[in-house]
Amino acid sequence: MKKIEAIIKPFKLEDVKEALVEAGIEGMTISEVKGYGRQQGHSELYRGAEYVIEFIPKIKIEIVVSSQAFADVAINAIKDAANTGKIGDGKIFVSDIQSVIRIRTGEEDEEAL
Amino acid sequence: MLDNPSYIIDTFFAIFAMVLIIFMVPGFAMLEAGLVRTKNVTSVLTVNVMIYAVASLSFMLVGYEYAFGSWDHQDSISKYAFFLFQMAFVGKVVNIMSGGVSERSRILPLALFTIAVGAFIYPTIVNITWGANFLEGTMFDISGMADLAGSTVIHSTGGWALLAAILIMGPRRGRYKKSGAVQVIPASNIPLVTLGAFLLWIGWFGFNGGSVGAISSKENADAVALTIMNTNTAGIAGAIVGWLLTYFTYKKFDVTMILNGALGGLVAVTAGPDQYDIYTPILIGAIGGALVVWFVPLFDKLKMDDPVGALSVHLVNGIWGTLAVGIFVPTVSIMAQLKGIAVVGAIVFPISFVIIYIINKLFTLRAGDEEQQEGIDYTECGMEAYPEFKRSI
Repeated sequence: MKKIEAIIKPFKLEDVKEALVEAGIEGMTISEVKGYGRQQGHSELYRGAEYVIEFIPKIKIEIVVSSQAFADVAINAIKDAANTGKIGDGKIFVSDIQSVIRIRTGEEDEEAL
Repeated sequence: MLDNPSYIIDTFFAIFAMVLIIFMVPGFAMLEAGLVRTKNVTSVLTVNVMIYAVASLSFMLVGYEYAFGSWDHQDSISKYAFFLFQMAFVGKVVNIMSGGVSERSRILPLALFTIAVGAFIYPTIVNITWGANFLEGTMFDISGMADLAGSTVIHSTGGWALLAAILIMGPRRGRYKKSGAVQVIPASNIPLVTLGAFLLWIGWFGFNGGSVGAISSKENADAVALTIMNTNTAGIAGAIVGWLLTYFTYKKFDVTMILNGALGGLVAVTAGPDQYDIYTPILIGAIGGALVVWFVPLFDKLKMDDPVGALSVHLVNGIWGTLAVGIFVPTVSIMAQLKGIAVVGAIVFPISFVIIYIINKLFTLRAGDEEQQEGIDYTECGMEAYPEFKRSI
């Protein structure tokens, strides 16, 4: 089982979600995060004093899938939907998941996905 | 036919003006609630409610008679209406001070200072300007100063008290970095700031218009209408100058400065709106707005932290507004205005300084650094203003 974490630009969320649903991914979790990589922040002004916003709002999507095949499908869907060609599009991280439990029924691992 | 028509009409007018002035209560409350961080909003609002109640009651029980000598000092309108109108101003003086020390003051000690202002400091100033005048005939008699609605009596008085408070309490935690740079602490709710400023603006129509004192003759009706018109003109001039000046200085529009500019213009016209022609307030308000745009960063350079710009709006423009009458109205002497400014400053600043110093020493008016970090809402109120949103740093 694989976990896929993707950091994407917030306005891309709808597109990415549609793409994942079309690809057969049935569930996901999102959180609002801030971060920066090569995309620098910008400066703002308040009552005559300047300040720099370094951390840029992003959305993190987390999905857990049952096999590498599904992972590849998901990664491609995210990559295509989230791409704008401009700096700050984000990154995708893939890691292994040790176990999964469905809370309602107690099903485990692949049966819970 | 009405019996005693002018008594009735003028009483009604005084009450109507008082209601307009009370719009300044939510005005100050929303302005301040919007300008501070989410973690201090509840306590700022609590303070605003407290100030209106405590200052008004102190004035009713003690300050009013001290200021005017007796409840029966006039009989052209109902004595209750006269009291109400005067009472409406009292809380405003304290609001000016409390706004400027937001985010680092504790509520109960602030209430003590509110009592001091409502029962003693403010009535002293009203006494020597509009009231019974215990300085009459002495060399400090300033009843000759022209100040219709209180550029000095209200705004500068509050401003001097605020100056004393800022010097004693110091800035908010983390506001000025060791390098000398200013740590920006942005407003949490710009819509509230805007709402508050416009409510204050509406209140000013009662604040200045009502200070004419009567409306029941053709002369008085004209005076009231002119006063309100000039008040409004100065506000819009202050807003426009604030808008243009921030753009030319910073290449960006800062709505909080534009609104402060409008308020500065309104303060600046408050000493003589009944005496100006309809164009002079454009200049007075424009200078008022410019003064605000210049003084806000200047006070930051001097490390005098003022989250709402009250020093620039009320102290600086209170002084400018009082001088303006001497400059633009030929029958008013600049010397009389200067003397009034100086005497009021010489009374309010030292007395406020001593009282605030003592209150701070005995009851801790200044919230400590750790309290400020948690947020005054948490330490003093135990409740959050926006429980579903993330709290600020």
